[in-house]
Amino acid sequence: MRVIDITGAPHMNSTGGALGAPQTGAPHRGDVLLNVENVSLRFGGVKAITDVSFDIRKGEIRAIIGPNGAGKTSMLNVINGFYNPQEGRITFRGATRARMRPSLAAAQGIARTFQNVALFKGMSTLDNIMTGRTLKMNRGFFWQVLRHGPAMREEIEHRKFVEEIIDFLEIEAIRKTPVGRLPYGLQKRVELGRALAMEPELLLLDEPMAGMNLEEKEDMCRFILDVNNQFGTTIALIEHDIGVVMDLSDRIVVLEYGRKIADGVPNEVKRDQKVIDAYLGVSH
Amino acid sequence: MATSASARLDTFPKLLAHNAAVRGTRPAIRHKDYGIWQTWNWAESYDIVRAYAAGLSGIGVRRGDAVAIVGSNRPKLYWSVMAAQVLGAVPVPVYADAVADELAYVLANAEVKYAAVQDQEQVDKLLSVSDRLPQLAHLFYDEPRGLRDYDHEKLHAIDEVIASGRDALTENAVRQRIDDSIAGGSGDDVSIILYTSGTTGRSKGVVLTAKGCIDAATDTVTFDKLTDRDEVLAYLPLAWVGDHYLNYAQGLVAGFCMACPESPETAEHDLREIGPTFYFAPPRVFEALLTRVMIRMEDAGVLKRKLFHHFIGVAKRYGEKLLNGEPVPLGGRLLYGLGEILIYGPLKNVLGFTRIRTAYTAGEAIGPDLFSFYRSLGLNLKQLYGQTEAFLYVTAQPDGQIRSDTVGPPTPNVEIRIADNGEVQFRSPGQFREYYKDAEKTAETLTEDGFVKTGDAGFFEPDGHLKIIDRAKDVGKLANGSLFPPKYVENKLKFFHNIKEAVVFGDGRDFVTCFLNIDLTAVGNWAERNNVSYASYQELAGHPRVYEMLQKNVEDVNRALAQEPLMAGAQVHRFLILHKELDADDGELTRTQKVRRSFIADRYKPLIDALYSDKAEEDITTEVTFEDGRKGSISARVKISDVAVARTAAARQAA
Repeated sequence: MRVIDITGAPHMNSTGGALGAPQTGAPHRGDVLLNVENVSLRFGGVKAITDVSFDIRKGEIRAIIGPNGAGKTSMLNVINGFYNPQEGRITFRGATRARMRPSLAAAQGIARTFQNVALFKGMSTLDNIMTGRTLKMNRGFFWQVLRHGPAMREEIEHRKFVEEIIDFLEIEAIRKTPVGRLPYGLQKRVELGRALAMEPELLLLDEPMAGMNLEEKEDMCRFILDVNNQFGTTIALIEHDIGVVMDLSDRIVVLEYGRKIADGVPNEVKRDQKVIDAYLGVSH
Repeated sequence: MATSASARLDTFPKLLAHNAAVRGTRPAIRHKDYGIWQTWNWAESYDIVRAYAAGLSGIGVRRGDAVAIVGSNRPKLYWSVMAAQVLGAVPVPVYADAVADELAYVLANAEVKYAAVQDQEQVDKLLSVSDRLPQLAHLFYDEPRGLRDYDHEKLHAIDEVIASGRDALTENAVRQRIDDSIAGGSGDDVSIILYTSGTTGRSKGVVLTAKGCIDAATDTVTFDKLTDRDEVLAYLPLAWVGDHYLNYAQGLVAGFCMACPESPETAEHDLREIGPTFYFAPPRVFEALLTRVMIRMEDAGVLKRKLFHHFIGVAKRYGEKLLNGEPVPLGGRLLYGLGEILIYGPLKNVLGFTRIRTAYTAGEAIGPDLFSFYRSLGLNLKQLYGQTEAFLYVTAQPDGQIRSDTVGPPTPNVEIRIADNGEVQFRSPGQFREYYKDAEKTAETLTEDGFVKTGDAGFFEPDGHLKIIDRAKDVGKLANGSLFPPKYVENKLKFFHNIKEAVVFGDGRDFVTCFLNIDLTAVGNWAERNNVSYASYQELAGHPRVYEMLQKNVEDVNRALAQEPLMAGAQVHRFLILHKELDADDGELTRTQKVRRSFIADRYKPLIDALYSDKAEEDITTEVTFEDGRKGSISARVKISDVAVARTAAARQAA
């Protein structure tokens, strides 16, 4: 795993309010950005999530871990507005939502990537990332079709932003390649690029490292840290690879059978007996 | 600035000022960034470099200080080289992919006080070894990404250094100091220290003087008629002499534009967009390109494929002759012209070769077929022979005197002689002053009368072209005293597509023998087309028809060798095809895929003994290491084949 502690460099994940200038109007680093209170989610008789509460603070990397079937992806889908929990409250930027839809979540500044890559396979990397800008485009259908004047100026502005993302993720070489032809690790990176194109306030990553080799994992870790560091984006991620999570995240929520069994900084969570039992099994 | 035009242009900063004065609006450097080519002309470049130098001076960079440059080809890193030279500091470029340990060695050896690096990766590397580099005072970085939370006491963004220098330049005194610094530089100053790649032991710092660099570059700029209308793609490693010479030095001397690719991975695509007029690539790049073209042609439609093969045939017949200015019948000219429109032109365009006037290859032997393929398309591909110690060029082929098997006559003002032991020695304008802090090695390399020992064995052809045969220490003698250059023979064998690897033996023996490795792709393909069935590599390698085919190849090589008086004794008498591929995991090859001859000789001793007996086959068991690290063993019975030796006077003598 990439060692992040480097001589002369402070630990990059510190959530202290001292780092980075707070953006005007936005919550300060360290404030609660999203609060999950007593959320329960049922599919018929199946309880996917039971009475889970935790918060995500501005500027942190928050991991949600747990064994298979613990309800991690369900949790992400709840945050994302894809599922509406039967009980509990979710507060984002101080506003409690009633019913939620993914499109509304996107408009509010929540972007996500998927466990299985969900890109437009036939489109180029560039076009895929451009789709992430759709919500930011203001010109009407008429101008878009003409692709002149204001629409053109707008597109150039967005292209500029997308080029910055391409530069950031170091995917210049595949700018014009249809994503269907790319190896899996790169597709994941393009997906991250598309999520970044939304300039999200909260970025949800569903197993960003799944199915990657060691080198790809290291790269992805670095990108996640850099996104957090450079843009101050708050990140919530689900990950299986416990080593990655320990290195990467500021705080960790551990779920098991839909319940929260631990919550805290990596070192605490690592030593928690319930977590050890959940991961290594326990003899009764 | 105005004064420098009349002064002697014996340092790179003076050349930069000169270019800014006489061709200020011509492009000097380009970089593709955010998907767009951004261009700085000579005047802008000069302006930036002055500001950068003023900024560095403010931080404390002084004459004689060593400044490391680590990263890929970026304008800001080239400007770092220039800004250091403006101040009389010594740039020390280091390979960007060097691991921290190698980096630490070079930086400690060169007593580097400052380093200009590309990004966080390089900063991390340097910080991780900072305890071994107590003199390292400040780091300058190009890309700020990921570095925001680092301690910025010793760390500066290059942009900020330039900006602070720009502020400082508003003061007359500072401006005067920079002007004086440029004017005060002399040709005898150390211009740069380039570290050798260190294939044999620790890398050595080759100290080059400004005058030497510029004289050498001036000679080759004239030789290849380069002007400020030329353009190159700077994609070779920044720390390699080739980049510093071909792009940086020649660029400043001729005033042409150097384009930096967006990233190392996009270089091929950027090549097509830039369309350079001068190009260098090692043979393996040309080979990889050709393979890719061929594979794509096989996937093309029938009409396209037929057209392609037909016109490649036409090019083979007439292309090289046309390029060399030899007489070609009118019909041939017309046919070639049509081919240019239909095939060669579009193909060169796809490869980014359309505008190339001069292309060079060097570093290893290039296959004659490969070489003539590109030349027949009308690409003026030539060979050169060079060394870091010579500041690159020792020999180069002039237009119209091109051969695939020589490296050409000495470049202008270069003296070459062949020592008694066959070693090539030279004296050249660009030749190095010394190895940095290594008087012993310097003394070993220089002769008393000032020639540089190359360590390569070679000889002159009657037409004055130099032919390099092998590293001098590898060249042996047969029992009868005739010359035995192993690599020379191996290269000839390897030019056949069927042969992937060849290892020849013969030093101190009566005759030459060899081990061959088949190329599974090529021979497998052949087997498929000829209904030869096989179940494993081993079975295919031992197949009688494969032996038959390779025997012909070896005989061809023998015939070629017989035509060269010096080499006739080195013809292969007996060979065998190894039952397994030589592999770096088994220690048979180096990590850079070079054969380790003596190791192989030990490991396969029974086979060598059999080659020098009259046995027709021999059993062998060897241990192999699988990719997952497990070990196993392979046993095989390997056949040995006798080869006809071409009849020459020398051969009869040997027999």
